[in-house]
Amino acid sequence: MSLRNAARAFPTMLRIGFSEALAYRAELLIWVVSTTMPLIMMALWTAVARDAPVGRYGTQGFVGYFLATFVVRQLTGSWAAWQINFEVRQGTLAMRLLRPISPLWAYAAENLGAMPMRLLVAVPVALLSVAAVGRAAVPQTAWGWPVLLLAIFGGWLITFLANVAIGTMVFFMESSQKLMDVWLVLFFVFSGYMYPVELFPPVLRAVADWLPFRYQIGLPVEVMTGAHGLAETLGLLARQWMWIFLLGVFSFTLWRRGVRRFAAYGG
Amino acid sequence: MIRRYLRLLGVQLRSSSLLILQYRGDFLLEGLVSLFWTVTALAPLFVVYRGRESVAGWSFGEALLVVGWFTLLQGVLEGAITPSLNGVVDHIRKGTLDFVLLKPADAQFLVSTTRFLPWRATNVLSGVGLFVYAFHLLDRGPSIPGLFASVVLLGSSTLLLYSMWILTVSAAFFVVRVDNLTYFFQSIFDAARWPSAVFKGTLSFIFTFIIPLALMTTFPAEAMLGRLSLKSLLAAVGGSLAFAFVSRRVWLRSIGHYTSASS
Repeated sequence: MSLRNAARAFPTMLRIGFSEALAYRAELLIWVVSTTMPLIMMALWTAVARDAPVGRYGTQGFVGYFLATFVVRQLTGSWAAWQINFEVRQGTLAMRLLRPISPLWAYAAENLGAMPMRLLVAVPVALLSVAAVGRAAVPQTAWGWPVLLLAIFGGWLITFLANVAIGTMVFFMESSQKLMDVWLVLFFVFSGYMYPVELFPPVLRAVADWLPFRYQIGLPVEVMTGAHGLAETLGLLARQWMWIFLLGVFSFTLWRRGVRRFAAYGG
Repeated sequence: MIRRYLRLLGVQLRSSSLLILQYRGDFLLEGLVSLFWTVTALAPLFVVYRGRESVAGWSFGEALLVVGWFTLLQGVLEGAITPSLNGVVDHIRKGTLDFVLLKPADAQFLVSTTRFLPWRATNVLSGVGLFVYAFHLLDRGPSIPGLFASVVLLGSSTLLLYSMWILTVSAAFFVVRVDNLTYFFQSIFDAARWPSAVFKGTLSFIFTFIIPLALMTTFPAEAMLGRLSLKSLLAAVGGSLAFAFVSRRVWLRSIGHYTSASS
């Protein structure tokens, strides 16, 4: 197997991913509805900000922030951990392993192939945000747009690689579901999904800056709503890609060792 | 008839506790995880109340009561309602629901009682812990009639949760591949963590009448503070009974709609 092989097959795999997303559109819809937490948090925080603004966020600021959060969550979603967990326990991973391309490519393609369907949800929400908040809802500088794309892609990569790492733990434990739950709790607390990380007390904020979670959601959202200048944004982007590198190395090593332990149950 | 169902319930409970006892190590781990959840779930509350006295008329201590009820009900939901009804979704996917439907007892009763996770009781304990801490912060005790009212409301909330789950599960008859129905439901229930007064407009309407989250956590908290009117109490009980009735009808219809995998 070579990288060239994978690159040649990838467009086809993306097409398969898209067809799957189309076939299971009800499931996708359920997933979209179950990510409405930002809207709940929006209601809560606008109620909080009604008397006095919190930090630099007034009512409008929170509306923009949480609609952006909703959009970013749609575009950075990955469910590889559940899939790996399921396929290892069912033994169906054996089928994927027979193919001349690493299953990880297939998982990535399935996630990315669903993107057009997700854009169908995300774009109207982004437009709604522009209608509600005005120009402040989207990047206002020329560099903001490419950086936003890069930050969203990076956010997806972190989510995907973390999913792979956690999913792969199923080779070493009976189930990695519990581990995923723990990751998700930390994600909710530290990612900026429920509140902008800058509202944290200083100590916790410093912790959040060094954890991977805020680079999944917080950073793209902040770029979208124009929270930082160019220099600061690039610094944060550097940390995001540092995490992508670390997680990438970690999860590929883990995967390679894990697959060796795999014995198709009931196969 | 009722005696027969009680005996059946006993049998189901015994078999699920035997299943749990096989994995004693999980008990401790689950307890720890659930404690961890409770603590981290408080993070947004601390962030919201950082530097302000009250939000939408609820002080920190009062809002903590709502969180306490949320935690307690989460224990009930995940310990007694979700596990067995997750099984139904599995049954529908695999087409094995036939085996349940063939049995000479009510199908809804059978599928609702197959599995319990007793370790979720730790959640109930953390809920009670939050009550104690909240009243300590408020520097007062709960009102005694209010406590009784809140026990009644616990019953009606459980009934509401159960009925909502039945409705969600019924959706599984019509939609293919819905492994994540649980997440869907939990994420809606998550809004119950906050006093209903913070929701305005459309959301407030939805959470009062369509998905009655306000009844589940905000009402009991208000009852404990002794400021829930008798009218609201009666409305909550009546509402939950109506909800249960509707969900039963929907369930029966969905069963009628079910075509087994082999046919």
